Amino acid sequence: MTVKNIALIGNPNVGKSTVFNGLTGLSQHTGNWPGKTVSLAFGTFVHRGQAFSLIDLPGIYSLMANSPEEAVAIDYLRQKKPDVVVIVADATCLERNLNLAIQIAQAYCNVILCVNLLDEAKKKGIQIDLDTLSRLMDIPVVGVVARSKKNLDRLKDQILCTSRNPADPDSVLADFTEEMITDSVNRASTIYRACVRLERKDYNAPDRTLDRIVTSKSLGYPIMLLLLSLIFWITLQGANHISEYLHMILFGLQDHLFVLLTSWNAPVMLIDMLLFGVYQTVAWVVSVMLPPMAIFFPLFTLLEDSGYLPRVAFNMDRCFRRACAHGKQALTMCMGFGCNACAIMSCRIIDSQRERLMAILTNNFVPCNGRFPTLIALISMFFAGLSAGPLQDVIAVGLLVAVILFGVIVTLIVSKILSMTILKGLPSSFALELPPYRRPQFVKVIIRSLLDRTIFVLGRAVVVATPAGLIIWVLANTYTGETSLLNIFTNALDPFAGLIGLDGVILMAFILGFPANEIVIPIIIMTYMATGSITELDTLQLRTLLVENGWTTTTALCTLLFCLLHFPCGTTCLTIRKETASWKWTAAAFIIPTVCGLIVCFIVAQTLYLLGV
Amino acid sequence: MNDKLLPLDRLRVGQKGVVMDIAATDSEKRRFWDLGLIRGTTVESLHKSPSGDPIAYFIMGAVIALRNYDAEKVLVASSM
Repeated sequence: MTVKNIALIGNPNVGKSTVFNGLTGLSQHTGNWPGKTVSLAFGTFVHRGQAFSLIDLPGIYSLMANSPEEAVAIDYLRQKKPDVVVIVADATCLERNLNLAIQIAQAYCNVILCVNLLDEAKKKGIQIDLDTLSRLMDIPVVGVVARSKKNLDRLKDQILCTSRNPADPDSVLADFTEEMITDSVNRASTIYRACVRLERKDYNAPDRTLDRIVTSKSLGYPIMLLLLSLIFWITLQGANHISEYLHMILFGLQDHLFVLLTSWNAPVMLIDMLLFGVYQTVAWVVSVMLPPMAIFFPLFTLLEDSGYLPRVAFNMDRCFRRACAHGKQALTMCMGFGCNACAIMSCRIIDSQRERLMAILTNNFVPCNGRFPTLIALISMFFAGLSAGPLQDVIAVGLLVAVILFGVIVTLIVSKILSMTILKGLPSSFALELPPYRRPQFVKVIIRSLLDRTIFVLGRAVVVATPAGLIIWVLANTYTGETSLLNIFTNALDPFAGLIGLDGVILMAFILGFPANEIVIPIIIMTYMATGSITELDTLQLRTLLVENGWTTTTALCTLLFCLLHFPCGTTCLTIRKETASWKWTAAAFIIPTVCGLIVCFIVAQTLYLLGV
Repeated sequence: MNDKLLPLDRLRVGQKGVVMDIAATDSEKRRFWDLGLIRGTTVESLHKSPSGDPIAYFIMGAVIALRNYDAEKVLVASSM
């Protein structure tokens, strides 16, 4: 039995990934913004004894290769000649989707049109006559609701049926002329009018009203800030409680482990190394870093699913235009909140090479999920702790928003400098699609991303925090003369670190945190504990530990700024190398934010020293 | 009905226009075609961003934001 190749194709943001997940049972990341699927996803499924290999192609607008993703999709169709091409269309936006469908149906014979999001269309009172559509397009049409897997079996049946027809080996994609485009656009309109009946002429009025509010002159920016603050507030609130709880459990467990290991007569040194080296580091990552990461991520995913992010890009475009950057850079920055490495991949939505590099080089100025808890911890320990009660939350959230805005400002300034120096050029033309709002699947998103994030962080904690904890323990317990290697090492870094308001331990933590940013604070804690007298402390005493080791407000501020402005993590660097295919640009992406951080921290530290703070 | 030709970005919010010509290079034109902006397409100006640039348009059932720098290359006939 041969495996049949199936390609999913369609306009950006029509739910191809959801159809893909529905057919294959995989869980590729989905989101409500055009251009989310940037790499090719493969999957397989078996239907009635026939095996299928499915590929999810990046969203394209037409069969003319204008952007890298379009070239990828078109090359695939040209060279791989899939047995069946499934065109996925958004039922709420059919006229536009039919344009591409018509072009593909002209070039290929084994084509199926899959009309997705029928539930959304029904809600909006859009009635689609699928039989007429099939007749006029002269291809099979299947209506589905991929999110709830409705009718996916019928789609599978149709794929099986169509795949039995011999594929046309000579199908070629001609270059399109203006006449052909005009023809397909006009045909799309004619077919649309023949098949679609609108119960309400103003079916998208709620979307338009919402758009007018969230992009209005007076409310556009305040709503953006409020939403950001709300997400931060929920994260802070939730994280605090869970943090304390996790800390209590994990450090309580430590005593039991100690008793257990001792009862096995394990050597004292081994117990010491495993518990106070490895276990504690992991416990700090899990108790301090995991909760904010696990709470922020689902909230951000909800925002992404709703379709709000492209509106942010719409509102912010003026700033990016002034910085000679691409308007979609705002979208890639938003993705940076989740993960800088993923955001680097998402930069593929920017067609022009110059502007894409600009977005890649500056992406690290957005604090990712792994650095976010560090900011929260520092703000709540040193800046928001002065007042009590609700005011404390307001200050903490306000400061967090201010830090993020500072990151955005640095991004814009650096983008502008890049566009005047090594990345000279004018902004290319761009079109930003504002997709229909969709109600996020709250329960599903929250549970899914909560689990995903937790497993991800736990996995990284084991892989990265374990060796880091081990290194610190070994260094702290290896002596040459009177001082431990750890002290020699951090003392050597001290003079330089002092210039930028940090100390040797903090700088070392950032360097050791290169594989994963979430281990920076745990390393700082572990190092201070290894060299000091405190061996047990709860989360509330963290500040005491830091202050005892010479931390001032200046130290906290500089650590916070350096956390925002420093080299990207290892994974991100590798992704940049992969995306730019150049070590030179990877080096630039490493050096630019680091230099920014050093300069900013130096100025801040020296100014505050002079002022005597 | 009094028709007059004007750049797309000059349509008032809520006003509709029919594309008459695109004054751009070939590769730019292809991008506009991709969006469904060809001679004869009806376009509606939907809403402006806080700074008035870009502006969102209703084109072939989708909402597309264009920077004024680009939109001014599309000439439309608006019904007054």
